[in-house]
This record gives sequence, C-alpha cells and structure tokens, in this order.
Amino acid sequence: MEPTAKYKLRENFHQAKWDEPIIFELHTPGERGVLVPEAEPEVAEAVGDGLSALPDNMIRKQPPALPEISQMRVLKHYLRLSQQCLGADLNIDIGQGTCTIKYNPKINKMLSASPKVTELHPWQDPSTTQGALEIMYCLDTFLREISGMSRFSLQPSSGSAAIFIMVSIVEAYHRARGDADQRDEIITTIFSHPSDAAAAAVKGYKVITLYPGKNGLVEVEALKAAVSNHTAALFITNPEDTGIFNPQIHEFTHIVHKAGGLCAYDQANANGLLGITRAREADFDMCFFNLHKTFSAPHGCGGPASAAVGVVDNLIDFLPVPVVGFDGKEYFLDYNLPQTIGKTRGFYGIFPVILKAYAWIMSLGAAGLKEAAQVAVLNNNYLLEHIKKIKGAASPYSAGKRRIEQVRYTWEQLTQDTGVTTEDVTCRMADFGFHLWSSHHPFVVLQPFTIEPTEAYSKDELDEYLAGLQKVVQEAYDDPEKVKNAPYNSVVHKIDHSTLDDPEKWAITWRAYLKKHRKVGSQD
Amino acid sequence: MRKQSDFVHPYIPNSVPAVKARIMKEIGIESIEELYEDIPEALRLGRELNLPDALPSECALKRHVEQILAKNRPCNETISFLGGGCWPHYVPAVCDEINQRSEFLTAYAGEPYEDHGRFQTLFEYESLMAELLEMDVVNVPTFDWCQAASTSLRMAERITQRTEVLVIDTIAPDRLSAVRNYCLPDVKVALVRHCPDTGRMDLDDLKAKLSLEVAGVYFENPSFLGFIEDQGQVISEMAHENGTLSIVGVDPISLGVMIPPSHYGADIVCGDIQPLGIHMNYGGALAGFIATRDEEKFVMEFPSRLFGITKTSVEGEYGFGDVAYDRTSFGVREKGKEFVGTAAALWGITAAVYLSLMGPKGMRDLGQHVLQKVQYAMKKLSAVKEVKAPRFAAAHFKEFVVDFNDTGKSVAEINQMLLDRGIFGGKDLSDDFAELGQSALYCVTETHTQQDIDQLVTVLSEYL
Repeated sequence: MEPTAKYKLRENFHQAKWDEPIIFELHTPGERGVLVPEAEPEVAEAVGDGLSALPDNMIRKQPPALPEISQMRVLKHYLRLSQQCLGADLNIDIGQGTCTIKYNPKINKMLSASPKVTELHPWQDPSTTQGALEIMYCLDTFLREISGMSRFSLQPSSGSAAIFIMVSIVEAYHRARGDADQRDEIITTIFSHPSDAAAAAVKGYKVITLYPGKNGLVEVEALKAAVSNHTAALFITNPEDTGIFNPQIHEFTHIVHKAGGLCAYDQANANGLLGITRAREADFDMCFFNLHKTFSAPHGCGGPASAAVGVVDNLIDFLPVPVVGFDGKEYFLDYNLPQTIGKTRGFYGIFPVILKAYAWIMSLGAAGLKEAAQVAVLNNNYLLEHIKKIKGAASPYSAGKRRIEQVRYTWEQLTQDTGVTTEDVTCRMADFGFHLWSSHHPFVVLQPFTIEPTEAYSKDELDEYLAGLQKVVQEAYDDPEKVKNAPYNSVVHKIDHSTLDDPEKWAITWRAYLKKHRKVGSQD
Repeated sequence: MRKQSDFVHPYIPNSVPAVKARIMKEIGIESIEELYEDIPEALRLGRELNLPDALPSECALKRHVEQILAKNRPCNETISFLGGGCWPHYVPAVCDEINQRSEFLTAYAGEPYEDHGRFQTLFEYESLMAELLEMDVVNVPTFDWCQAASTSLRMAERITQRTEVLVIDTIAPDRLSAVRNYCLPDVKVALVRHCPDTGRMDLDDLKAKLSLEVAGVYFENPSFLGFIEDQGQVISEMAHENGTLSIVGVDPISLGVMIPPSHYGADIVCGDIQPLGIHMNYGGALAGFIATRDEEKFVMEFPSRLFGITKTSVEGEYGFGDVAYDRTSFGVREKGKEFVGTAAALWGITAAVYLSLMGPKGMRDLGQHVLQKVQYAMKKLSAVKEVKAPRFAAAHFKEFVVDFNDTGKSVAEINQMLLDRGIFGGKDLSDDFAELGQSALYCVTETHTQQDIDQLVTVLSEYL
C-alpha cells in the first residue's frame, strides 16, 4: 500500500493537552456561574423567606463546598476536558470491539434536541404525546420484523438492563409454572458479555459458563453436559466476541428447549446480521438489541443508552410495563400485561435514544440495513486479511475461515518475541489518535485485541488504522522500550495505577484526595 | 426505486460499488455471500425485511420526523404541574453546550490516556456530588433512582449479611416495583407505614419491624409525596441499634437549603440527578447516584465504576483510573457485585457542569425560590373552596398532595378540565395511593411564575 494523503498515518498527531486543573482549583470566592431568578415580590410578601417554614433541624446552615466560578471559566474548563476525549466523531473508532462504534447521524441529534422531545413530561395525558408514542410503537414493529419476535419493550436503560429484564422474565416464567426452585441454573458462554453471567447471579441463579473448543465455539457436547432439569435458560451471544458465528445455534436452542429451559439471545453483536438471519429462525424465545450500538445512537461516554427486549407470543405477558399499544386510531400506554415483572426503570424508556434509532432505520430502510450489515462484515474481513499478515499478530480459532462483524485477535507472538504487551500497544496507538481495546475479562485469548470496523468508515480510514498497527508492531520489534513507555503524544503520561486498589490511598472524590494526600480540609 | 446493487448511502462509505469491488478482490471473494458461509441456509431470512420505504435524503427524513413530533404538546407550550421524579427545572445553556460536544457525546470506553477528559469530568462529577451530599464516595451514574435504590438495598444485604429490607410505604410506586423485582428471590421486602396526618414514618411500626434479619431501612426525603421527613436522626439511630443500615433517597436540588442525609445518620444515600441540568425528555433522561462513606466495606460493595485520581510518571500531572476494578462484573463476571455496563455517564457530565455553574449560592437561591413558590401555591390552593392543600401537615419541598375529596369531582375530571384550558394538572394518585382518595401530586419549581400559579387557582376556583 503506497501511503497517500488520504490515509497518511498521523505521525505528528498530538492530542489536545491542556494540563487543566481540577474544577475545585478554579474556585474564586464571590464568582457566579449562573443566577437564579428571585421569587416575585408578591410571592415573598405572601409567604416570607421560604426557609423559615422548614423544621429548624433540617435547614442547611453550612452551604455545600461547591466551587464558585464565573460562567465563561466553567465553559472553558469543560470544553478543554472535552477536547481531551477521543470521540468517535474525531477518530477512526474501529478499535473498540464489541461496542459497534458507528456514525451517529447529526440530523438525529438535532431532532432529539427539539423541545417537542426535551420538554415532554411522561405523565402528560397521552393525547398530548401522540408523536412520542407513535415513534415508540413504530420502533417496536420495526424490531419485530428485524428479529422475528412478537413484541418489544423499549424500557431497558442499556444492554445490561435488557439482560436483567430477560433474566427476570425467565424467573417469572418458571415461577408461574411452579418449578422455579428446581430450575436454579443459567448457562452462558465465556465469550458472551459479562452481564449475561452477572445479571443471572443477581436473581440467585447458579451460573454455568461454557468455554470454547479448539475451533473457538462452544461444542454441542459441552452444552449437553451442562443442560439438565435444573436449567432455567441459556444466555448466549451469536456471533460471540470472537466474531465467529455458531452454525449449530439451532441445535443449541433445541437442546435447551427439550430440557424445559428458555433461550435468550444477547444481540449486542447484531450489526453484521441485519436482514440476514434472525432470533426467530434460530428458535430463541427472547432477544435484545442495543439502540446505541447497532442502531446508531451515540455512546455518550458510557450512556445514556437504550436497549429493546423482544419476546415470542407466550412471553408477552411477562414484559415490563408499560408497552405502547395502538387501537387503530390512538397510541396508548398499555399496562395490561397480566404477569408483568413490573418496572425496572422509572417511566417508559430512553425516548431521545429511541427517536435516534427510529430515524436511523427510516433513513436506511430494508435495503440499507442489509447493506450496513454486509459492508460491516466486508470491512471486518478486509481488516482480518491484513492483520493476519502482521508479524506478531494472529486471529485464534477457525483458521482460514471468515468472521462476521468483529475479530478477537492476539498479540501473543509479539509479546513472546519482544515483551511488548497488548496494554503497551494500546498506549502507543493513542499516539496516532486511535483507540485499541483488548477484551472482556478473563483473557481467554491471551494478549487480546478486538477490532470491529462497522460499516461507517471508508477503506482509506481502515488503511490508516492498519498503518498504525503496522507501525507500532515495527517499533515493538526494533525498539520495544519505545512502545512500553508510550504514550508520548496523548493527554497524560504513564499512569500510576497502584493507588487505585489500596483503601488507604484510593481517592474517588476530591475531598477524599485532599484528606488522604494533602492532609487539608476540602476547600482552602 | 434504487437497486440493491448501486445503493450508496452517506453513512456507508464502502457501499460505493468500485470500492466494494476492490475490497472483495483484495480478500479474494466474488460475493459477500461467501463471508456468511457459517450461517446455515435454514437460518437465513431469505427475503427482504418488510419495513417502510426508506427516506435516505436528510431533508425528507427531517420533515417526516418533525411531522410526527408536531403531534406532541410539550410543557413549554402549556403550564404543567407534573413532577414525581422527572422534574421541570431550568437548564442553563452551558449544560447543553457541553453535553452536545461531539467529543463527549461520541466517546465511550477508551483508556484514561486518550479519554482522559471523560475520566476527569466524571471524577469531578463524583466530587461535586460529594460536596452536596457530604460523603466521600460517589459512583459513576447508574440508570436512574429505581436502580440506585435497588442497588443500595442489595449493598445493605451484602454488607450486613441479612436478607430483609424495610421500605417506607410512600415510596414512589415505580421504585417499589423495581425494588421488588431486584430483590426477588433472595431478599424480602416489607413496608413500613407512614403517619396519615404528617406523612412521617410511623416509628412504632418501624420498631415492630426492625428484626435482626433487617439489612436496611429505606425512606425518601423529600417524600415522593413532597413532604419532608424530619425524623431522620431517630430513624438512623433505631436502625443502627439494630445493626441495620439507614438508606435515604434524596432530591439533590433540595441540598442547597436542606441538610444532606449524611447529617442524620444515613449510611447509603441515593437518588436521581435529572434535576441537575437535564431536560425532562419524556422521562427518558434519568441518572442514578449512590454515595457512601469512604470505608472499604462500603466501597467494595458498589457494582458501578468508581473513578479515582492518581499520579502519573510526571510530577504534578493528574491521572485517573478505576478504583477496585475487580469488584465489578467487568473484572470478575458473576463473582462481581451485581452487574455494570453502559448507563448514564453523559448526564453525570451534565450535572458536573450544572453544579459548577450554580455554586453554593445558586443552590441556596434555587432551594429558597422553590420553597417560596411551593408555599405560595399551597396557600393559594388551600383558599379554593373544598380543596385541601397540602394534604399532609408538614413542611414541603417542590411537591405536595392536593386533596380534592370534598369537591365532589374526581381528579380525572379536574385534570380533563384543566387540560382543555392549557394546564397539565398534578398526577392523579387515586390508583396508587387509594387511601388518599381523589388526590393529586402537584409540582412547583423555579420555572413556574406567580402568574402560572394564579392562573391555576383562578381556573380551579371557577370550576369547583
């Protein structure tokens, strides 16, 4: 590949670095950031100062030690901190595998900032929120078609929240049938999201985690050995975080169903499958999608997010309430689900994110969704083809086979040859303006790195990222110390993590930091 | 109608046929179908998805969505007295300016190097909340108050190794439902009664129910029904004598004028930061906080991420990272505390901006204004024939119950009448709180003018 300006590796990149103090260090007594209106004179006359009506023991006599800072300075401070983040809008964000970081259309951001969205209260009479309810209902119908499930709840606050709802439905289902006590096990896989295991434990289930065989997939025999009349459900992602699609998934669901368990499909990895295959054809009883991954809503530094949980006919009654209904003329909030697990979240769902997902689907349509999936898979296999050739890198399992939308790679050879680890590579990649993520824990694949390009980046951008990987690997072989002491062009230098696990030293807040490390009170 | 083969979309750069062909050639395939070889024929959909016609032009998409949104009549086009955990407060422009920055909006899970800004901002959020709450540990936000309350109770279970929790019976109905589900089946949830005249917790009932199996007692301040619980100190002492933790759900907006729960013995404090610079968004913009003292036995029970400040290899430079990461499900899957994932970080960032702008004086001014407006509203409403406001004989903050039982009209009828006159009346409580009969929850904040309140009173007086 000849370097051209179109994908030149940014060897002179330097991230914004403001050396910005902590907000408390900007405190200047007397400064005001924003003023609050006073109550009208007649109001004050009628009721007095308001405070005297409080019981004396409840009145706050010492004001909270918040900093006092004028408005422009607050703005400047947070703008500078924002510049010290590598948002997807600014970088080739393919190195956060499993996160599906695609383009977040700005038209959708603009639409969700309308007062027609931001100034709605959930308890308004439904006659005044028909627009919001219509969008929620329509998204439900779109997702039914995309998945083959019969009804969706848009209540979940995130993928993990959706998983918890699915676990709650499993529990309620078996309790209604009288064998909840006996069915006390949930089966998942090590390459499914940690929340698939963790949410099950919250509900008191014993978690059985299946590991892959040598082709990277859980073997049918392993599943058969784990399934029994104690099995409440199987929670599985397909393709898993390796990017390998399990062709025997239908046999898996059959085995679990035969034993009386339910099958829950974690569709965090749906981006390569839209319009190709669905939860229904594999015989899942329920599934969820991340609206902030596959369906293009932004990740917001870690939320707000949204997920949608879909179920087959005989599980609809268990969904959290309300769902949105349509009687042919009006949309309404439907609380009439006789065996509902109740509520898991205040009100109805993350409407601004729901709106973005709706708009994305409307922009693309059926052909567009399939194109997005196919190009995501094409991009991923393009990267796979080139990364396989990088010295020190490999894609374990299923040698010679294709992947779906992401790949779990390994730097094991690189580490053996040079001592440079996956954490080191990640730090050096930051010097070129890139993220590179390793893997969920535990590291089944050693020295892992996971790349998921999605459909959102051009070939030139993929080539730039590849050039970055090749450069860092070259440096690892030529001058490992250089890579190990990275980053050099990022926001800060090597971080000392040793204090963060020590109760005597950790400081989760500034006031704790001052007490433990500066031995002063919380404000000078 | 565009053909599949030459479908090029602005969001899919490599859908350009020539580029696609070049990539396919480089990886040695003739059809993208080859990349899906692992998916058996029997699992294929085999047809196009049946979805509405696409609107790939941005102009048409905008028009389409705006037409649907036009059917909404939001609170800025009316006068609304709705609250209940999704509150109308003024959002300073700088809050929206910051949370719409691409850098924050589209960042996610990068390292504390290239995403240093995200770590520092969320650390500052934790720190600013810590001053409001006067507690040294605050989490990176969870989903909402329902989750924060649920997790606080399960934390109490783990800390005390006991399997029952007591919850005040005036807790918000949504939160009770969520708590029940989150505690099922390992933790028993029982309700503690309130005194019907003042709303305060019935301490005799608490005493009777404080067994050695009780891990935590939870109450809200102000209550979901708006009155202030002033027995916090006694409740905490009774709990502590029993080896039980005191857990309080608090409205952070009240803490400019009211003492934080840590001042009356609370061990775990939770709530929602939605009032701190976040628009209502149809109830879809909530974020939960949990705070405790800086003691290892509390810190190690948080399921959330906790960002801590530390050093780097350069003198004077601040670095950040996860405190006690292996406590979480990210670290150790089902052996971690509950579960953690994407939640509501951008709202934490927004609340940090809000609290930085407001400062101590702004929070006090706001709290005072809310108190004055609420007291004014209660005074004016109680002068309307047969209307009792507030229903509870206590001090109130931001919300209060209006008792319409003597008017002979139902809240539903009253609210329909108000709606016809451009007013969203208070939330009908007759279903969830049957003992209150035809009563409604009215919310008044600094966003309501004297005129708004007078208008409500005039309209009600004419009708009743």
